Amino acid sequence: MDDFLNASVIIANFILIPGLAYGSQLALGALGVTLVFSVLRFSNIAHGETMAAGAMFTLLFTWWFKSMSISIEPFPTAILALPFATVLAACLCLITDVSIYRYYRKVKAEPAIYIIVSVGVMFVYSGFIRFLIGPNDRQMSDGQRFLFKAREFKNLTGLNEGLAIKTSQVISISSAFVAVGVLFWFLKHTRTGKSMRAFSDNEDLALLSGINPERVVLVCWIITAILATLAGSLYGLDKSFRPFVFMQLLLPIFAAAIVGGFGNPVGAIVGGFIIAFSELFVTFAYKRVLTYILPESLAPNSLTQFLSTDYKIAVSFVILVLVLLIKPKGIFSQENS
Amino acid sequence: MSFLVGENMTCGYGKSCIIHDCTITADLGEIVVVVGPNGAGKSTAMKAIFGMLSLVRGKILLNETDISELKPQERVLCGMGFVPQTSNIFASMTVEENLEMGAFIREDDVSETLQQVFELFPILRDKRYQLAGELSGGQRQQVAVGRALMTEPKVLILDEPTAGVSPIVMDDLFERITEVARSGIAVLMVEQNAKQALSIADKGYVLVQGRNAYSDTGEALMANEEVRRTFLGG
Amino acid sequence: MNPTKRIIVLYSIMAVLFLVVGLNQGWDVAILIFNLCIISAIMALGVNIQWGYAGLFSIGSMGFAALGGLASVIISAEPVVEAWQIGGPGIVSGAIVLILTGLLSFYSWKKLGLGGWKRISVTAFVVLFGIVIMRLFAVPAIKAIENVDPAAAGYLGGFGLPITFSWICGGLLAGGVAWLIGKVSLGLRADYLAIATLGISEIIIFILKFEDWLTRGVKNVTGLPRPVPYEIDLVNSDVFQQWSSSRGLDTMGAASILVKLCYSALFLSVLIAVLYLSEKALKSPWGRMMRAIRDSEVAAAAMGKDVKARHLQVFVLGSAVVGIAGAMLTTLDGQFTPTAYQPLRFTFLIWVMVIIGGSGNNWGAILGGFVIWFFWVQAEPIGLWIIEFLTSGLPKDSDIRIHLIQSAAYMRLITMGILLLVVLRFSPRGLIPETNR
Repeated sequence: MDDFLNASVIIANFILIPGLAYGSQLALGALGVTLVFSVLRFSNIAHGETMAAGAMFTLLFTWWFKSMSISIEPFPTAILALPFATVLAACLCLITDVSIYRYYRKVKAEPAIYIIVSVGVMFVYSGFIRFLIGPNDRQMSDGQRFLFKAREFKNLTGLNEGLAIKTSQVISISSAFVAVGVLFWFLKHTRTGKSMRAFSDNEDLALLSGINPERVVLVCWIITAILATLAGSLYGLDKSFRPFVFMQLLLPIFAAAIVGGFGNPVGAIVGGFIIAFSELFVTFAYKRVLTYILPESLAPNSLTQFLSTDYKIAVSFVILVLVLLIKPKGIFSQENS
Repeated sequence: MSFLVGENMTCGYGKSCIIHDCTITADLGEIVVVVGPNGAGKSTAMKAIFGMLSLVRGKILLNETDISELKPQERVLCGMGFVPQTSNIFASMTVEENLEMGAFIREDDVSETLQQVFELFPILRDKRYQLAGELSGGQRQQVAVGRALMTEPKVLILDEPTAGVSPIVMDDLFERITEVARSGIAVLMVEQNAKQALSIADKGYVLVQGRNAYSDTGEALMANEEVRRTFLGG
Repeated sequence: MNPTKRIIVLYSIMAVLFLVVGLNQGWDVAILIFNLCIISAIMALGVNIQWGYAGLFSIGSMGFAALGGLASVIISAEPVVEAWQIGGPGIVSGAIVLILTGLLSFYSWKKLGLGGWKRISVTAFVVLFGIVIMRLFAVPAIKAIENVDPAAAGYLGGFGLPITFSWICGGLLAGGVAWLIGKVSLGLRADYLAIATLGISEIIIFILKFEDWLTRGVKNVTGLPRPVPYEIDLVNSDVFQQWSSSRGLDTMGAASILVKLCYSALFLSVLIAVLYLSEKALKSPWGRMMRAIRDSEVAAAAMGKDVKARHLQVFVLGSAVVGIAGAMLTTLDGQFTPTAYQPLRFTFLIWVMVIIGGSGNNWGAILGGFVIWFFWVQAEPIGLWIIEFLTSGLPKDSDIRIHLIQSAAYMRLITMGILLLVVLRFSPRGLIPETNR
């Protein structure tokens, strides 16, 4: 029995909890991408950089608050900085939209042109971020690092294996939960939310019904900015803030959005967790788990992992490509390619 | 003068005009049907009346006010409703949400109108929480008409409401449309099924190559030998 | 201005820019930039074939450039005999198993006539089973290979052939892989294809980065042979010493410049060959058909053109050209560095070149390659100069001034982005627009 418990603790400690936290971050990112795709109808290559910008704003506010010795122990100061950062991120998105994207909406540009435009935006954002804050690795979290330390867990339960829960993981999971809840309530039950869904469903009819497209787009960018700032900041809190990481995150995020069906918000969330858990499942070394649950004679000598940890992020690329090739409309659709 | 008047309308896409000097009028409580061969400019005429195309010549009067310069959304506010021929519902939203979106520009309480629409189309009340995209063809058309009715329009313009539905459903739809008209709304529609449509029409227009060819009461047009032979197939 | 005149004027301006750099920063720098500009121009030509000719929206050029680099390693590196002896059989049988798996999975996917999840699961089983068998052969071999003198080798090495030969092979390798990728992914709608190719190119980089037995991975393959003489040999040769001293040149500097000029000559001949073939193709009936497909896929399909097969053709051709350029770049560097392949530099920047130069026009793509690479390199000194000028009023140790000067390097990202956005918005056809023929 103890063996089984120990094995489950390892799984929980190295797959379940990190997967939930990382999955929440991916899901929030994928929601942003999917929202832009369904309302503005293009794949926003600059979304990774939007997340980086949001995280950077959070970091800057955190520093500022710290310099005034404002803190909210035991929570990281970043939580306090988040609302202010979202405002700046929303301004950034809106300025970008008015100065750049609006024109292409007016001329009804093709998806390919939109993507090239968003590549330009990506260049500007990434330069802007590095210009302001530099390319270095920065620590975002402060306050209490662990909610629950491995040693405390061992003492408490008497098991061999420890379970550690980082504050940032709990914050990631719970704030993603709240954010998704609020977003779905907004889309389902408010007039503006419904008008956004209507606009994404049938643009012409939405216009006929008197829905103002510019307003829908405005709200869409604000929500996207909130989601991106949240996703970026949570990722930064959990790991650390490095500007170049966000470009690498772009593909797992697109993978999450596409796995669940591009433009489908529920799919984006499910996709986020699918990607996060696949990355962990495939690259986790099961040796210790197996030593607990298998009889000694069968216990493995090698690490018993499907793929080396080097390939962690590549797992999401493979899923992305496979889904695109086999079921481009997402795993929930009925039709094959 | 009639409630809705499209007077000497001339317009089209780009430089070439599709309809020429075409006049269409409709009164409250009346069903007006526009028929004619393919490419006669029927749908174009509807779009012109609703302001989706700007006129080269002519004008549109609604209750004796010139609305020729208004945008479609503004015409909705003036009391016009439009049901396009294709993709006329929000497929991923529930029936009730579709109707709510129809009333988007209204600032007041819409629940009463919602009840009226449900009375007119009882099936929609049963399926109010179902996604509109999951409904049958005829039910979708009811959603589409219901959506347009949510602004309580005085004039309802329908572009081929029975396209692609079965004959039984078509009869049912025509019956509903008659009811809509009886409630005091001017109904203006383009129809392929000319015979059935003219049989419920108070007034009919036959368009040929973008011009008024015949206009008369529905019955008279049905009785007109020339119209029967050329457009109604004997 | 007529197109030819425009080309002459813009190319002359470009030449003047090189003169300015040569006179201010030294000819060594100018020629180095010039060489990289040629490579960029060839990559831009490759992307132009895909996007400009046929409207194929692929953003995976990074992967093909890296494959070109891999070809350089395989062709030119000295073979590691010991590694071949102990690991060769395992690797070869692993490769055979992998190919068989590929064929079998293709068979089960296309020919078994299964549907839905059954088809997916059967194929998945074939693939997984194949991978397990492949690993049985390959993993011990890989371990053994990577243990052969890990500090200097630890990989199979190459064939030890002349490195210029690898340019052709780089094109073939990139083209071959592109054929495989195109076979499965073309037919996706524009933005899905873009994301798929972006993902595939990342996968290629990942493989190159972590398959140490093939590429030494992050340990990099260094010291690849050169197609041109080494500076040190020149300096030591009597003929060169006499020649340079007779002209009053500094021997070391002259050698360095001469070596770079040799590269320029080689690269330029490749550029001219690719340009000649591209122009010929563009003006042929084939090129007209491609443009027809680009302008309306539906209409072209209705006229009986096999759009997917044509797309596959341009995808393979364009990728092969990028592969050639990738092999040339590795040749110039003399080393293969898998970590250097970043999408920003090898995919998106190439796109900027094509768009700004003028998509659909080969002369434009080349100009784009030159202009963008030039400013990519020069944006830093120019930005530094501007910032120093602007902040000259501030005290030397002011934090703002120090921060700005340190950040000058990132000016180039902003500059490139703004340049791309401005050109797209106000002159979407680029510096040298496509001429209507």
